[in-house]
Amino acid sequence: MDTELRELYQQVILDHNKSPRNFKKLENANHTAEGYNPLCGDKINLYLVIEDNVVKDVSFQGSGCAISKASASLMSSIVKGKTKEEAEQIFVKFHDLVTGKLTDEAAIEELGKLAVFAGVRDFPARVKCASLAWHTLISALKDEQNVVSTEE
Amino acid sequence: MNKVIANNDVNVFDVEKIRLDFPILSIKVHGKPLCYLDNAATTQKPKVVIDKLVEYYTSMNANIHRGVHYLSELSTKAFEDSRIKIKNFLNASSEREIIFTKGTTDSINLVASSFGRGKLKDGDEIIITGMEHHSNIVPWQLVAKEKKIKIRVVPITDTGEIVLEEFEKLINEKTKLVSVVYVSNSLGTVNPVEDIIKIAHKHNIPVLLDGAQAVQHLNVDVQKLDCDFLALSGHKIYGPTGIGILYGKEKLLNELPPYQGGGDMISKVTFEETTFNSLPYKFEAGTSNIADAIALGTAIDYFSAIGIDAIAKHEGELLDYATEKLSGLKEVRIIGNAKRKSSVLSFVIENIHPHDVGTFLDFEGVAIRTGHHCTQPVMDRYNIPATSRASFAMYNTKEEVDILVGGVKKIIEVFK
Ligand SMILES: Cc1ncc(COP(=O)(O)O)c(C=O)c1O
Repeated sequence: MDTELRELYQQVILDHNKSPRNFKKLENANHTAEGYNPLCGDKINLYLVIEDNVVKDVSFQGSGCAISKASASLMSSIVKGKTKEEAEQIFVKFHDLVTGKLTDEAAIEELGKLAVFAGVRDFPARVKCASLAWHTLISALKDEQNVVSTEE
Repeated sequence: MNKVIANNDVNVFDVEKIRLDFPILSIKVHGKPLCYLDNAATTQKPKVVIDKLVEYYTSMNANIHRGVHYLSELSTKAFEDSRIKIKNFLNASSEREIIFTKGTTDSINLVASSFGRGKLKDGDEIIITGMEHHSNIVPWQLVAKEKKIKIRVVPITDTGEIVLEEFEKLINEKTKLVSVVYVSNSLGTVNPVEDIIKIAHKHNIPVLLDGAQAVQHLNVDVQKLDCDFLALSGHKIYGPTGIGILYGKEKLLNELPPYQGGGDMISKVTFEETTFNSLPYKFEAGTSNIADAIALGTAIDYFSAIGIDAIAKHEGELLDYATEKLSGLKEVRIIGNAKRKSSVLSFVIENIHPHDVGTFLDFEGVAIRTGHHCTQPVMDRYNIPATSRASFAMYNTKEEVDILVGGVKKIIEVFK
């Protein structure tokens, strides 16, 4: 496989695509949001249980490409146990990573598993796939209750 | 042009010779030879068309129908000659029936606007099918917002076909227009438009055909079909972008109010009143896309010299070959299995999203379209978010189909 392509479709991403974590509906969710990318039809429903400003539980459902599904899956594992503010900070860094603004090796390493999305920066058309779950998370944290679209 | 004539002389369809006429086909993508299978989105342009654009701006450019000077006469003649070429190509009865537009979308909007204002009243109905491109849905919804008209939709079957009885059932005394896609861009279905037109005419209802995917693959004769309107895009038949055609029967066009107002479409203007120009100018307000209209004529010449029969045969073989190869993979499901299909092959791969397929194939040099293809109702009908679509043109080869199938096998392997 081409190196650029392998950078995009890392084993971790393929793995999370095949068996996404937290892929279900949380019946006791108190924050929810729906994300939609009209360009490719990617859809995600996000369910959060937030207590004392902390994300106690996360789950999602929906359909999308490997990048968007893996991103949702990894996001759900990572924000569990984080405060709202911490989750928002991770999103900012993640966004910088996939758009190629975050280049400092140490800073990328700090993102832990999320670093596998670094390859997305070479595929501008796929940035939206990678960030849909995160945009939806931000909306759910605010509990805007509306549908988030990647097309403003 | 020489190559085309040479082709014709020996009367064989030589795809390798044809490929040489298209400069872009020799480029490389990610280090691989370009394998362009996104022809339903737009076709590549032969050198004669590209050269014509350069020639126009280099030695002919002037506004048309206005000047008495040399260049204006030259460009006016080239522009009107192109109209005649298109009239002959579609076998329209008069060049007054050939209106230059921006493309299929613009042509349908023209009819929706003029027919909507001139012929539709509250309570009227129009009929479309479940496989329309958004450009044959949304313009009618816009009309329906202004007048209370109802849009009725002929359902599509699991194989991607429409049932004529179902269509006929929707007709009633309120039906004022039938607007259907000739060849579906997402399913490849060739609709039985001959029968649709006969049935509609039995009830005195005019028929608009969205010919965007038809004229480059089938022999389209508007008089034989007896359609009332036909819309097409130049860029899908080897011509430039930004130019298209609306064919309309002269009598009907004469009955409709103009689409847009401005220069060229008038014969006399005072502040009180305006008399409109005759056909086709009544529908061509403002300075037309002159260069692209002329180059579209060149594209039609090129296309006709090779010949629709040879092209259709070649593309049919490619479609059959690709269908056979892809259906042989157990993970692949073809979307659209109509008995009569043309040049479009939509498919989904089990557990792999079309976007990932598109990105993978791109690295093999293969350009296909992934997504909903501007036919979201079709995706909803089959309960899928998107498909991957390969679509063929006269310059494609079986070797390219093999590259496509090889790429599909590769991605199935990686995603296992
Ligand atoms: C069936 C069909 N109708 C209409 C259109 C719209 O054509 P254009 O975008 O050239 O106006 C297309 C092009 O994608 C098409 O495939």
